[in-house]
Amino acid sequence: MTAVTYVVGAILALAAACALYRAARGPTILDRVLALDVVLAIIGAALATRMVVTGNLDNLVFLVVASVVGFIGSVTVARFVTDRK
Amino acid sequence: MDNLQPALDVVVASLLISGALMSLAAGIGLLRFPDLLSRMHAATKPQVLGLLLFLLALAIEFRSWALVPVLLVCWIFQLLTSPVSAHMVGRAGYRTRHMRRDLLTIDELDDVVEKAARQRGDGP
Amino acid sequence: MTRQRTPLITELPLVIWLVIVWGALWQDFSAGNLLFGAIIAYVVANLFYLPPVELSGRFNVLWAAPFTARFLVKLVTASAEVFWLGLSKGPRLRNAVVAVQLRSSSDFLVTATGHALSLIPGSLVLEVDRSTSTLYLHCLNITSDDDADAIRRDVRATEAWLILIMGTREDLALLRAEDRFAREREARS
Repeated sequence: MTAVTYVVGAILALAAACALYRAARGPTILDRVLALDVVLAIIGAALATRMVVTGNLDNLVFLVVASVVGFIGSVTVARFVTDRK
Repeated sequence: MDNLQPALDVVVASLLISGALMSLAAGIGLLRFPDLLSRMHAATKPQVLGLLLFLLALAIEFRSWALVPVLLVCWIFQLLTSPVSAHMVGRAGYRTRHMRRDLLTIDELDDVVEKAARQRGDGP
Repeated sequence: MTRQRTPLITELPLVIWLVIVWGALWQDFSAGNLLFGAIIAYVVANLFYLPPVELSGRFNVLWAAPFTARFLVKLVTASAEVFWLGLSKGPRLRNAVVAVQLRSSSDFLVTATGHALSLIPGSLVLEVDRSTSTLYLHCLNITSDDDADAIRRDVRATEAWLILIMGTREDLALLRAEDRFAREREARS
C-alpha cells in the first residue's frame, strides 16, 4: 500500500504542476480560474488518498465542501467577466 | 472477510491510481490544449470520473453503510454543480471572445449571434 | 413584496433532498435527526425563495437503470478519450460549435439533457435558446460534417432516453410517433 501511495502522490503532484503552470501562465482570467478549480479537485483527491491510507475520516466533509466551493468560485468569476465587458 | 483483504487492497489501489490518472488527464489537457474551451473539456469532465473513483476507493476501504450517503451526496453535488460552472465559464469565454475561432471547424452559434446583433442595430 | 406561494407538493422533492443531505452530513438517519432536518429544510426552502422547478410528474425507474449504465460507460470511454487526445493531438486539436434542436419544450428536460451532455467529456453546452429549445454545444475533435452529425444523433438519443425516464406525457407521445414514422419509412424503403 505504501508503494501505491507514492505512485498516486507522484501522479497528483505532476497533475498539480501542470495545472499551476496554466494558472500562472494564463492568458485569461478564465483560464486561471479553471486551472485553480483543477488544483482544488487535486487537493480533494489527495485528501481522499490520505483518508484511505491513514484510515481516519476527518477530512470527509472537506470533500463535500470542496465540490461546492469550487462551483461558487468559477460561477462568480464567470459572471464578473460577462458583466464587465 | 480477512481472506478477502488482499484482493480488496488491489481493488482500492487500482481505483486510487486510475482516479489520480484522471487528475493527470485534466493537468495534461490544461497544459496542451490550444484554447480556453478545449481546456475546459479536459479540466472539468475527467474530474467527475476521478472523484467517483476516489469515493469508490473510500467506500471499499471502509465498508461502512453510514459512509455511503455522504459519498453519494458528495458525488451528486459534483454532478449538479460541475456542468453549471462549466456552462457559465464557457458562455463567458464565448461572449467575451476569449477563445480562438480559427480552431473551430463549424460554428453554428456565430451566425445566430450576428443575426441577433444586427436586429438590435448594434452589430459589427 | 408579494410572491406566489409554492404548493407543498412541488416543494417536496427539494425538501426531501435537503433532508437527505442533512442526514448524510451528520451520518445519522435516526427519526429525531431527520425530523429536525425536515423542519430546517422547510424553513430554508421558504426563506431563501427560488422559482419552483416544474417536474413532469413521472419517473420511470426501469428506464433509469440502463440510462445510468450507459452514462457510466460513456463517462469512462470519453474520459479516456480526452486523456488520449491530450497526449496525442494536444495543440493540433480542432473543435466545433454545433446547434442541436431538441424535441421537448419543457425547461426541465432541456436542462436535464444539457446537464447529462456536459457531464460526458467531449461536449459542453455553450448557450441555450429557450424559445426553440436549441442547444449550442462545443464539441472536441470535430473535423468534418459527419462528426457533427454523429454528435447530433447522440444528443437526440440522450434526450430520447431522458424523455422515456422523466419526460411529460406529450413528449413521450411525440417520441412514440417519431419512432413509428421512422419504422414505417424503413419498411417502405
